[in-house]
Amino acid sequence: MAVSDTVAAAPSAATPAPAPPSRRRKRGRDAAYWLYLLPGAALFVLVIGAPLVGTGYLSLTRWSGVGDPTFVGLDNYRRLLDDEVFWASFRNTVAMIVAMVVVPTVLGLLLASVLFDVIGRRFKPRTAAALRAAFYLPQVLPVVVAGIVWGWILRPDGAFNSLLDAVGLGALRHDWLGDPDTALPVVMAVMIWVQIGYPVVVFMAALQRVDPELYEAAEVDGANWLRRFRAITLPQIRPETFVVALTCTIAALKVFGPIFALTRGGPENATNVPSYFAYYTFFKKLQVGYGSAISTVLTVIIVVVAVVFIGAQARSERRDRGI
Amino acid sequence: MAITITGAPPRRPVRDRHHRGVSRWVVLAGVTIGALVMLVPFAFMLLNAFKSPGDYSSGGPLSWPTEFYTRGLRTYWSTVNFPLKLWNSALIAGSVAVLGVVVSLLNAYALGIGRVRGRLWIVGVFLLANMLPQEALIYPLYYVAKEIGLYNTRLSVIIIFTVIQSAFGTYLLASVLGTFPRSLLEAAALDGAGKWTVLWRVVFPNLRPTLAVLLIFFFIWTWNEFLIPLVMLIDNQTQTIPVALASLQGDRLMDAPTTNAGALLSLVPAILFFLIFQRTLARGITAGAEK
Repeated sequence: MAVSDTVAAAPSAATPAPAPPSRRRKRGRDAAYWLYLLPGAALFVLVIGAPLVGTGYLSLTRWSGVGDPTFVGLDNYRRLLDDEVFWASFRNTVAMIVAMVVVPTVLGLLLASVLFDVIGRRFKPRTAAALRAAFYLPQVLPVVVAGIVWGWILRPDGAFNSLLDAVGLGALRHDWLGDPDTALPVVMAVMIWVQIGYPVVVFMAALQRVDPELYEAAEVDGANWLRRFRAITLPQIRPETFVVALTCTIAALKVFGPIFALTRGGPENATNVPSYFAYYTFFKKLQVGYGSAISTVLTVIIVVVAVVFIGAQARSERRDRGI
Repeated sequence: MAITITGAPPRRPVRDRHHRGVSRWVVLAGVTIGALVMLVPFAFMLLNAFKSPGDYSSGGPLSWPTEFYTRGLRTYWSTVNFPLKLWNSALIAGSVAVLGVVVSLLNAYALGIGRVRGRLWIVGVFLLANMLPQEALIYPLYYVAKEIGLYNTRLSVIIIFTVIQSAFGTYLLASVLGTFPRSLLEAAALDGAGKWTVLWRVVFPNLRPTLAVLLIFFFIWTWNEFLIPLVMLIDNQTQTIPVALASLQGDRLMDAPTTNAGALLSLVPAILFFLIFQRTLARGITAGAEK
């Protein structure tokens, strides 16, 4: 997921480019281009459009997956409002946003800036590249593999407790993922570990785009690192910050694999999230209607978040051009 | 970054002033410690993937292995039939990468070059589709796949991810093609080239670097996907590497060394791709930033 989203930074900047002046071609003649859209559009309707509508319809029914669905109107949504697990899963989503968006973006800005501005320039660029690779490595592996390794490390007899013993902190030994009080913070820490490399790499790529003269002029004027960070780095890479914040927020709302591998939403729903809750309701409890309602609510939230984000980005770009 | 340094020869004195400071060493030490902490889980995994179960139960997770034990790796390799899993993952990710790029290119040709009516809305729909939670699609897909006999086939996963990935690819390529030099298209049209010829003789060759990046991204994303393969692929013949590892989680066979051996085997291909494609991906990122 991660790196690719960087590329998305490009078109967002490219879209507003004005159409070349050659608008001479008549619209009617271009109708042939619709043929090129046909296969893609047909596949899109079959694999995304129809299932999405299907899930919306099923959310208004009671169905176990066998026989015919029974139409029940908004019953599933009413049930959601009273379902403690549903509210817990959305509270945990907020925790996932902190762990996958807020902390990685802030830490990523600082790390990228330090790697680029201090280590890349005061030491060899290769040093900065090696350190960047270390931060990025967790992004490379399938999240489920990362989840399984972490699950083992955090077991009562796992590596983390042994490490505590070894450094004389044996009193802190704990069933980290098995205790409802520690499971969520520990899962959050793992998600920070998974996520941090993505903003670091994107922001470091973004900084290469910034005119080095700006930094040098600021240094000549005696601006220290912190002032350069606030006056140059932050405003210059704001477009990338938007893209990172948006893609990470969507990823946090959708997070499934790590929860599946680490805790299966437990203990006592302490780490349950909407996507796991929906999966469990569909395939373990066989309540297809109710699972569809959970999925539909999650879909609406994601679409609203995406539209708000993209709207805010467009407004901020317009404001910048206005000045 | 190299350019940043060599590009500023007249200001040497400024750099030298900073060169003397100790604070840069403190910063380097801090960041290095952070980077090492990031690598600790990998070290744990490597350390325990080569331990015998007896060794593990007597020495614990932190001890140095008493022998170079590879039975864990071999057990996992043969129990899950790892070569078959590797083939399943490669077949699915490879097919999705190629088909996804072709579908993206066709869509983007109509949207970016053809500028069909309502293209902004169409691109917006593709972009949003890429953000949808897969839970919103999975049950109907699962049900229909069962009805038409595609359940538990690699083909079902290939079709689904071709569409999901091409939603992103269409969005990206449509924006890139929106700035495609019109003069090239018009020159080809004057030579009497039809739309199909223009696509493959003019647009495709010019777009090749972007398509290569997209191909690699599609491959790696699909390789790492989990929910849809977990639901659609239920037996040993069809499962992918991540699903195979997750299905064995909690199994009696999976003692700690075997778990680590399985995780190690599962991440080796991902790390290989990363090393092989690193340059292409870095180029893709910079190409993106310059656009």
